[in-house]
Amino acid sequence: MIAHVALLLALQLVGEVITRALGLPIPGPVLGMALLLALLFARPTLVDQIAPTTSELLKHLSLLFVPAGVGIITHLDRLAESGLGLIAALILSTWAALIVGAWTFIGLAKLSGSKP
Amino acid sequence: MTELPDIWSYLSSEPLAWLTATLVAYLIGDWCAQTTGRGPLANPVLIAVILLGTVLVLTDTPYQTYFEGAQFVHFMLGPVTVALAVPLYQNRALVRKSFFPMAGALLAGSLTAILSALFIAKAMGVSGAELISLAPKSTTAPIAIGIAENMGGLPTLTAVLVILTGIIGAITVTPIMNAMRITDWRARGFAVGVAAHGIGTARAFHVNQTAGTFAGIGMGLNALLTAVITPYILTNILGGTP
Repeated sequence: MIAHVALLLALQLVGEVITRALGLPIPGPVLGMALLLALLFARPTLVDQIAPTTSELLKHLSLLFVPAGVGIITHLDRLAESGLGLIAALILSTWAALIVGAWTFIGLAKLSGSKP
Repeated sequence: MTELPDIWSYLSSEPLAWLTATLVAYLIGDWCAQTTGRGPLANPVLIAVILLGTVLVLTDTPYQTYFEGAQFVHFMLGPVTVALAVPLYQNRALVRKSFFPMAGALLAGSLTAILSALFIAKAMGVSGAELISLAPKSTTAPIAIGIAENMGGLPTLTAVLVILTGIIGAITVTPIMNAMRITDWRARGFAVGVAAHGIGTARAFHVNQTAGTFAGIGMGLNALLTAVITPYILTNILGGTP
């Protein structure tokens, strides 16, 4: 368990160092994710060892968004000012993305004969 | 005996109280979600944020003080993002089998999310740093925050917009998909993962296992895609000075 968390942290650290050193626009943890994916393809036996730890962590994914979400209290006056535009953009664009994404998936699944 | 104000000043200066409060608020939110049969409105993140926000405002506690405790939870977003590689690897056969629908839906959903948000907000008078902060809102929090920081947005505003997007997606995905008569769990899950990241993915897992798996893949792929295309969209399509 500790070894697996250490591996995740180490890959995130390598990701942070590389993105900063090369000035890449992608965030460090994303590069860390790509590195772990490459590592799993290189050492397939690793996945069964690490999966219990990662699935336990991913089970509580929603909890991790709470501290950032509470940050809304620092933006209450900003939201009162330009909140209508921001909220309208959030709601309409999320609906548009849901509909366009699902339709594209269904359409291409039919075209390529991919069944559920 | 210690006076009550002394106890309060100890509690408000140590991270312990707000870390505990964050976990308890989340447990209350999760309990509400469970007892209401996981109805879309009873979202655990939404409930926890409202509870904690109300307590902070009522006790006049600055967000910075709260975050000193809550940062231990927030910190886990980094390693958990790295951990997303595991379900992605485990589902590689599924990814290969549905490669074309997923690649198309990823590109279409991700571009729709970013471009429609920017154009709607711009048309309603939002500009500058607020517009930049809005661009990455459909991707998972640590990535969106990283993009906002790099591009000159407001990271804390981005975090709030990301979470609101996740809550909007999680609450509305079921009625929207039912209204469109979409019954393919792969499509429903993948679309909500792309549009509403981890909060949408958590919702998808509660509804259907296949939907959840595809949502997780959609979220992971969109994390990579948004990180690459958002800087390009902000500098080129919006002309550099949004």
